[in-house]
Amino acid sequence: MKAMNEMHLNFPSISTNEGFARAAVAAFAVQLDPTVDELCDLKTAVSEAVTNSIIHGYRDTIGKVYIDCKLLQDNWIQVKVRDHGCGIENVEQAMEPLYTTAGDERAGLGFAVMKNFTDKLKVQSKPGKGTTVIMEKAFSPRVRQNG
Amino acid sequence: MEAEEKTETQEKRPVRLLLHEDTLTALLAGEIDHHSAREIREAIDMTAMRVRPAQLVLDFGDVRFMDSSGVGLILGRCKIMEMWQGHVAVQNMPPKLERIVSMAGLHDLCEFRKVEKDESNE
Repeated sequence: MKAMNEMHLNFPSISTNEGFARAAVAAFAVQLDPTVDELCDLKTAVSEAVTNSIIHGYRDTIGKVYIDCKLLQDNWIQVKVRDHGCGIENVEQAMEPLYTTAGDERAGLGFAVMKNFTDKLKVQSKPGKGTTVIMEKAFSPRVRQNG
Repeated sequence: MEAEEKTETQEKRPVRLLLHEDTLTALLAGEIDHHSAREIREAIDMTAMRVRPAQLVLDFGDVRFMDSSGVGLILGRCKIMEMWQGHVAVQNMPPKLERIVSMAGLHDLCEFRKVEKDESNE
């Protein structure tokens, strides 16, 4: 599908960039005139994907996280979050709610949130090569008050 | 004790702790993600381990954003409080953050409540 507009970002996998990444994607998405709730959902999903790359993909190392954002037809937005980190051995297992390898402080809800807060989720991963998460979300068309 | 010298423009601290009798209250503010959760967790745990309160209240009234790191933060504090049979209460969770909370089934694990903000305390 042809993109109406696009945006590309990359940044080192340090945790201060989690807030920057979701704010940047939200600022780009605003042109589709989403509701406050829709924008909040998108920010939450992006935050989960970026956090996964930082704490799982690159674990104790620093690597680059890439975000590719596209505006598609009919108020759809696609957000791709990629890393060249360690990858996931078993994607199906990693996507199960409450599954986590990161200990007590992680809820194991990352993928469940991405799935619930967007309309489409695809995860591609190769151990040793990295992970790509592709999320798509449709914003509701809004009737303008002043016509 | 720290002196409270802040300018108006300064962002609220991510966590402020109040100890009243056997209740430790953590007033959380801003955005809770994996990055900010660390500072919040360390501040709460350092005090909680020392005073071993009967109750830990986590107040989300001023939280604008939270991802699943906030859920992990709550779950982790429940674990800590269990060490001395303490109890965790989650207070003033904003409606827009309810969805992630119910996804995690937190309502079965700790008490949720709403309280009116006491402005005289500020």
